[in-house]
Amino acid sequence: MGKTLFDKLWDRHVVAGKDGEPQLIYVDLQLIHEVTSPQAFDGLRQNKRSVRHPELTFATLDHNVPTEDIFNIQDAISRKQIETLEANCKDFGIRLADLGTKEQGIVHVIGPELGLTQPGMVIVCGDSHTATHGAFGSIGFGIGTSEVEHVLATQTIWQTKPKNMGVHVHGKLPNGVYAKDIILGLIGREGVAFGTGYAVEYYGDTIDSLSMEERMSICNMTIEGGAKYGCIKPDQTTFDYIQGRKYAPADFANAQADWETLYTDSTADYDVIIDVDASQLAPMVSWGTNPGMTGPVDEPFPEIDGDANVQQAYNYIGLQPGQTADQIPITYAFFGSCTNGRLSDLKIAAKILKGKTVDPRVTVLVVPGSRQVKQAAEALGLDQIFKDAGCDWREPGCSACLAMNPDKIPAGEHCASTTNRNFEGRQGAGARTHLASPAMVAYAALNGHFIDIRKVVD
Amino acid sequence: MQAIKKVTSPTVAILKDNIDTGQLVPRTALKATDDNVNYADRLFYGARYLASGAPNPDFPLNDPAHQAAQILVTGENFGCGSSWEHAAWALRDYGFKVVIAKSFNSIFYMNALNNGLLPLTLPVAQWEQLAALPADVQVTVDLAAKTVQLGQQQWPFEIETLWQERLLKGIDDITFTEGYQADIERFEAQK
Ligand code: SF4
Repeated sequence: MGKTLFDKLWDRHVVAGKDGEPQLIYVDLQLIHEVTSPQAFDGLRQNKRSVRHPELTFATLDHNVPTEDIFNIQDAISRKQIETLEANCKDFGIRLADLGTKEQGIVHVIGPELGLTQPGMVIVCGDSHTATHGAFGSIGFGIGTSEVEHVLATQTIWQTKPKNMGVHVHGKLPNGVYAKDIILGLIGREGVAFGTGYAVEYYGDTIDSLSMEERMSICNMTIEGGAKYGCIKPDQTTFDYIQGRKYAPADFANAQADWETLYTDSTADYDVIIDVDASQLAPMVSWGTNPGMTGPVDEPFPEIDGDANVQQAYNYIGLQPGQTADQIPITYAFFGSCTNGRLSDLKIAAKILKGKTVDPRVTVLVVPGSRQVKQAAEALGLDQIFKDAGCDWREPGCSACLAMNPDKIPAGEHCASTTNRNFEGRQGAGARTHLASPAMVAYAALNGHFIDIRKVVD
Repeated sequence: MQAIKKVTSPTVAILKDNIDTGQLVPRTALKATDDNVNYADRLFYGARYLASGAPNPDFPLNDPAHQAAQILVTGENFGCGSSWEHAAWALRDYGFKVVIAKSFNSIFYMNALNNGLLPLTLPVAQWEQLAALPADVQVTVDLAAKTVQLGQQQWPFEIETLWQERLLKGIDDITFTEGYQADIERFEAQK
């Protein structure tokens, strides 16, 4: 019997351990950021351990950084965390995309952008959205701080091999429906834990037709469906994306020849297959307090049916069963994050906002995912389009995706957001988040509520 | 890491599904930069305290009868969301030794193991009995035997042997992996 893509990737990295038991897996690249790493370095120092492969490690600053003036960190504790990472990288010889440098940005944006993320790799980061990197035909997964320390010390990690799930996405996306809607629609239908214990591979003609940035948006949110790993087989789109990037392999032809062997064999079986007909999808909006509480823009919010979790979600979000997304009073809009803070996302938003002004009731924040995204957007004049429309154009970072820096949505306000999590308090204490695609968020910013964009986009 | 062998304690139930790590610890807890922080007071900060800062009398952890509980009983997909290990640190610092959930997020599961906190699941009927227990009933979790005992009833639970051994001995994962140095070197030589 053949092997799945994930099994091929896994088998290449087993250092020790038997099938069916936890195995020691080799890590090709560890990405690091300031929030989940300080205790790991502290642990190394306390135990007089070193970093086994600093050259396989790359750090960036993203979660805490201010986006107004990136060098003016008002919050002393955030500043200390940033300085701690700077010092740790210096002490242990780790490359750092420091504040204000061309390489700095959100960890899952810069890895691919710099060509660090490559097919065939095992990539870890102390961050749950590391599944993003699976879009390149690699194993990417989020780990805790103890595991960060373990990888720093040993370049390996203990993992139990997950089961295989195939998500077959086929058909042409309708107008106004984007990659984000594929993943939001999947989680809205299957729930926030359907992938627990599985590695998810997305495949099918819809996936084949997507750009790398779109594929990343899908793999990124795999964790919101409970799966640690999401992957897509590498193809010409993947190779074209990587070639010429700073850390792309020097012998590219040789690397590509190897990458071309990374696909699920026709004789391989997934443990579970889920079918998604992309042609039937609508633009999605989340109405509740986890990404599973999501539905098509034109569908009424569900009944409570005695479910205490749903009741609590409605209490928090301030909406009622039976209402629709056009009745959500949007007063904030956020463009950014590792899900939708890339150049193609900003292009989509700018195209919609060009020559228009946002609804006066709506405060709009545009935060590019990285400095390279910011510079590329500025070279295209997108910053001016956003500013002319009444949006705030900021420095790169995680920003209001998780509200660890000054960018927060006030309590009780509804925010249309291109991010990945609508948990209670995610964008600020009491903030009410509604997840959607960049195009949906752009129209929400213009109207002060969501609209069914299938009627307006071409 | 503290070893964990047998825990006999009352339970406390927080019966909500999808408790994400952001509900377990506040943003301020994430800004720590060293290993010596005690996160006990931050655990469940949002639900545990009122806006005034006073304890919320309706929250199970604030029920005086449940103060001694070392076993937390909770719902589906516990520890979902961000990978923040601070959530596991807060549970550990508060004094929990065991979390019995309907299901766990896989990143949280590993974080729990790495901090001497035993995550386990049971079939629904058994879970429901535990979820409804009054505070004066003791439950025994025996990691070596892989059983949960309630009165005369004894139920098995599953855990990978490797994780079980590490928890029983309280060895941290790096020390454990140092035993595999030769395998790592062999792998690197063939790369
Ligand atoms: S953008 Fe949001 S989801 Fe992505 S790494 Fe930053 S905080 Fe996490």
